[in-house]
Amino acid sequence: MKTRFNAVVTSVWNGFCSLKLAMFILISLAVLSIIGTVIPQGIPPEEYLALIGPTKARLYQVLGFFDMYHSWWFILLLYLLTVNLICCSIKRLPRIWKIVFQPETIMTQSLESSFSSIKTISSKTDVHLLKEKTEAFLQTEFAKPFVREVDGSFHLFSQQAPWCRFSVYVVHLSIIIIFIGAIIGTQFGFKGYVTITEGQSVDRIGVRSGTDIIPGFSVRCEKFSLAQYPNGAPKEFKSILTVLEKGVPVPEYTNVRVIVNKPMTYKGITFYQSSYGNAGQYFFTTTDLEGKNLTDLTMSSNSSATLPDGSSIHVLETTPDISLYSPGLSGAAAQLEIHTPGGNTEQVVVYANHPELNIQHAKNHGKGPVLHYKGEKQAVYTGLQVAKDPGVWVVWAGCALMVAGIYIAFFLSHRRIWVRIQKGRVTIGGNAHKNPASFNLFFDQLSEKYTSHIS
Amino acid sequence: MTSSFLFNITTIADLISMLLFFAFLASRSKALGFTGITVAYAGFLAETVAIALRWKESYDMGVGHAPLSNLYESVVFFSWTIVLIFLLLDLKYRYRVIGAFVMPFALLGMAWAQLGMNTGIEPLVPALQSNWLLYHVVTCFLGYAAFAVACGISIMYLIKANLTESSPASRDGRIADIFPPIRVLDDLNYRAIMVGFPLLTLGIITGAAWANYAWGTYWSWDPKETWSLIVWFVYAAFLHARITKGWVGKRAAWLSVVGFAATIFCYLGVNLFLSGLHSYGGGK
Repeated sequence: MKTRFNAVVTSVWNGFCSLKLAMFILISLAVLSIIGTVIPQGIPPEEYLALIGPTKARLYQVLGFFDMYHSWWFILLLYLLTVNLICCSIKRLPRIWKIVFQPETIMTQSLESSFSSIKTISSKTDVHLLKEKTEAFLQTEFAKPFVREVDGSFHLFSQQAPWCRFSVYVVHLSIIIIFIGAIIGTQFGFKGYVTITEGQSVDRIGVRSGTDIIPGFSVRCEKFSLAQYPNGAPKEFKSILTVLEKGVPVPEYTNVRVIVNKPMTYKGITFYQSSYGNAGQYFFTTTDLEGKNLTDLTMSSNSSATLPDGSSIHVLETTPDISLYSPGLSGAAAQLEIHTPGGNTEQVVVYANHPELNIQHAKNHGKGPVLHYKGEKQAVYTGLQVAKDPGVWVVWAGCALMVAGIYIAFFLSHRRIWVRIQKGRVTIGGNAHKNPASFNLFFDQLSEKYTSHIS
Repeated sequence: MTSSFLFNITTIADLISMLLFFAFLASRSKALGFTGITVAYAGFLAETVAIALRWKESYDMGVGHAPLSNLYESVVFFSWTIVLIFLLLDLKYRYRVIGAFVMPFALLGMAWAQLGMNTGIEPLVPALQSNWLLYHVVTCFLGYAAFAVACGISIMYLIKANLTESSPASRDGRIADIFPPIRVLDDLNYRAIMVGFPLLTLGIITGAAWANYAWGTYWSWDPKETWSLIVWFVYAAFLHARITKGWVGKRAAWLSVVGFAATIFCYLGVNLFLSGLHSYGGGK
């Protein structure tokens, strides 16, 4: 029973250690990641849901396709990748550790036969003198050698960059560090969004999932401006922001210029210029068909109002001078969209200078109230991404480690040279753990130099 | 002399160089190979000057920025990096015939850019006004170019492997005789990816750093980011394939080809096919 259990454990362990599993995970991650680039992520737009139909929409929902990079199966694959690379590293590390810290310092027969680069030199010089010469040569030309005497012959061993054998593990470790940084970010940071109308301030930050963040200070938008190139393309989006502590401006954070690619950070929270929009207010009055029961009605650009009869209206567009569109008329006008309780949608233009037209329109539709346009107060809001991510430096540390690890793994190699000095005969051999062609070239030059050095 | 004139010269040079390499492939005349690489050098030189000139021209127009800001400029730069990596490979290993499988990529880019795209210099939109643009685009495209070269070499590997397997002595087999030995092709493929992979990694990291600096998120699973990661996964698989039983040789070569296809999709496909669905996603 026990042995069977052990057998199962061993086979599971070997499975997690296998490179085939690594290949499977990498290719699965590559293929499955495609899903989220084809299916829109987050809250799917209405048009998209209509396009795929309700059955598919429900299926996608169940499979987590609308948020696939956070779905259980994708996260599971990432965990599997982590376990796999930890297991692979643990399994292979002891062997590498031994190679680096307990090197074979004596050129035995079996080692000698494994060399592709080897040279034998006949010499009549005394072995002790040869040993001294070889030691000095390796020290200056390669690396400080390790010397041993066995049965009257000398063995010298020296190596370059043994530590670069660990580079692969450094890369694997860096991936885990990046994951840790990402987890810190999601646990202790947030991503949010605020809109601030010019001249106003906000003290809470909306977060996509969860409750609003209250940072303990507020931010006022002094001004938002948009600059354009002569061809009309946007040149600069600029918000002037001031941080307020208990309503009082913080001196170093007063009138800070925030543009795309130049955020503002205060107390670990960073504000990024992201969008802008109309925050204007529109003023109307309503009367009944006889022109009585005057009431004021104010609407903002992104909200709608409900009329006494239950229909909802919102502003589509306004102009200070209607004569540009309708010659013969004058003054300001607003175009409205009305959704009636019956489910109809109509559009209507409401005038400031032509109350008779407003009444006419209402009469044509046989009902009140009559709307009159009174003008607008223009304003813009700035849209700012807000983020706090204490894990980001961990992620960068992981990235730096990864780049260093990859560089070392690809471009440096552990080179070893063994020299055996016997009476009348010197043998020099060596190997590298990668790029044998370039090592052979290096060895040929080194051994030639060595030959002339000892003769 | 204007940059646009020099870009046309480059396109013609790439075309001639490619044809010379094809002729070299058919005739095995070393002189043709030599002329092919000389013309490739000439085209590369013309393009280098052209890119520098375009950079200067943008300053003359008052909208000065590195010529890496739109599809036209990136395709031109991609062509330049492909030829650069090929020429470096040739300097080191001297396998000219690879040109017949790499120059077509460079030519395709130049021809598409010169004939099918708006070549005007445009001012930088706010999102691109950052020094990160240079670091990010240069590292990415050098990586992409190394993958293009690796793909060309892998195609040679697959041709040679298939021909020698099926009919070692037939006439068809002889076209591959001029190819480097199959072991060398495998090694060169690895070497090209060895250059491309760290550059792609740097490209993704600089992209993440820039996104974090400009938007506060280093990773948001936007299609472009995701596809760059897909490419990274494929080449990571390639690197592990070389030490995995059953994955050495043809399968690894196929992975390299698939990797380049994914690279091209990441570069062009995402913008051409996925942008429609994702235009609301704060497309970059």
